[in-house]
Amino acid sequence: MKESQPAAASAESPIKLEVRDLTIRYGSTTALGNVSLQIREHEIFGIIGPANAGKTSFLKTLNRMDMFDSNMGVQGDILFNGRDIRRLNNVYALRSRIGVVFPLPVGLPMTVYDNVALAPRLSGIKDKEELDVIVERCLERAALWDEVKERLDSLGSLLSGGQQQRLTIARALSQDPEVLMLDEFSIAVDPVTTMRIEDVLKELKEEMTIILVTNLVQQARRLASRTAFFLDGECVEIGETEDLFTGAVQDQRTRDYVEGRFG
Amino acid sequence: MFEASDLNQRNERVQWLFKALFLLMTCLLILPVLIILTTLIVKGGSVISIDFLFTNPTDGMTAGGIFPALLGTVWLVTVALLISVPLGVAAAIYLSEYAGNNWFTRIINLAIINLAGVPSIVHALFGVGAFVLFFGFGTSILAASLTLAIMTLPIIIVATRESLQAVPLAFREACWNMGATRWQTIRRVVLPNAISGILTGVILEVSRTTGETAPIMFTGAVFFTPFLPQGIFDQTMAMSLHLFVVSTQVPGVPEDLPYGVALVLIGMVLVMNSISIAFRMYLRGKKKW
Repeated sequence: MKESQPAAASAESPIKLEVRDLTIRYGSTTALGNVSLQIREHEIFGIIGPANAGKTSFLKTLNRMDMFDSNMGVQGDILFNGRDIRRLNNVYALRSRIGVVFPLPVGLPMTVYDNVALAPRLSGIKDKEELDVIVERCLERAALWDEVKERLDSLGSLLSGGQQQRLTIARALSQDPEVLMLDEFSIAVDPVTTMRIEDVLKELKEEMTIILVTNLVQQARRLASRTAFFLDGECVEIGETEDLFTGAVQDQRTRDYVEGRFG
Repeated sequence: MFEASDLNQRNERVQWLFKALFLLMTCLLILPVLIILTTLIVKGGSVISIDFLFTNPTDGMTAGGIFPALLGTVWLVTVALLISVPLGVAAAIYLSEYAGNNWFTRIINLAIINLAGVPSIVHALFGVGAFVLFFGFGTSILAASLTLAIMTLPIIIVATRESLQAVPLAFREACWNMGATRWQTIRRVVLPNAISGILTGVILEVSRTTGETAPIMFTGAVFFTPFLPQGIFDQTMAMSLHLFVVSTQVPGVPEDLPYGVALVLIGMVLVMNSISIAFRMYLRGKKKW
């Protein structure tokens, strides 16, 4: 069982995702250049950086969502469990293993229940009892169950912003993902809900690998074991999160950003 | 502190003037509708009865009812819908959900715009050439309905595409991100949220089809037939053509008869439009995001 292992990712943990010389272009503009990094199993890997740093584009390439943007050119290798996803035919299987949470909550205009049951249904689960179990478990883990258990039939898109964001997380969890990618999830969420979600993430890393893109450097400090700093399409620095905050950095720009001198 | 300056007062007057002007224009818009309806009801209301609706014309169409025309119009519109709705909705789904931004899509869009701009008499002649003669359907409900279908296809395509596009992209992306194919996304998220707009478009198309005359007069609708249509290869009478005929082509028609026919025709269209508006209001009330 995964739970029996120590959760903290260490240098010995297997590599979940590896990116080699990744370059992302929109037309002739380079959004992200020459990034190489490794993300280990059961770690929360933070990515910090100001707007236009290439963070979201980076996430998009990890589950091949770049396919939907014909303007987006991607070079380099991305290995998921050692498999090169750039040469993958079944992108749907890849995407179903990676849960995604967006900056703005997306409650689909269907009931709360259907929101969470959508991914299992897509993967062919029809049995009502099985779906019930999945829906309850995912809402429970996203710290939303107590608030919505009486109204699973109400529309997901009518929940409050913070609830919708937790619904989005529940939906991502319903895929039973190996990797959970969060893109600035707290942008439209109140501080209390943000803290609740952060607690959820700390528990979830026991079971999955989490990539946390955030422009709140303190959030990265609270959650991430290692953090990468992206700036203007360049991966400036990757290191142990604590090192970044205690000044053990190689690049002056990292120190400036972390200490709030720009961005 | 808050006294109105000269400039404030002038702005206020100008603003009032423009508001009055726009209101006047809006009222002018309603006027023709009111005049038409009142005239029809005053002059034709007396001939409307159950018998008028459900009996054949008699005495060389100078008396009797309009049943064959009424039934014919229902036939024509229904068959046209059965052809144009699946075709138009499928095309719109392709254009909205699948088509890339390339020359092929641009040509199709151009074709749709041009198709919408073709005068109905040209559609009629095309229908004669293609369906009546080339495909050998003869002058029949099928040929007329195909002509109507092609003529109204752009309306359905545009209405459907607009309502598909109104579904936020974020919903699709959420779905794609969890590993759904495009079709799964369309079926589970896009279509359920676009269906109200699509149906509204269809109903508007019905009301337009009901009133069309030119496209059917050479392709399937006839001056007079005592027989009711039995199938899609029969000829039929139609309300719009019947109105044209009793108004201009037949001598000795009592004055109130054409008004009665027009009243029934416009009544059919108004009922359709009312359904469409009521439907739209109902669905807007339960807007989901």
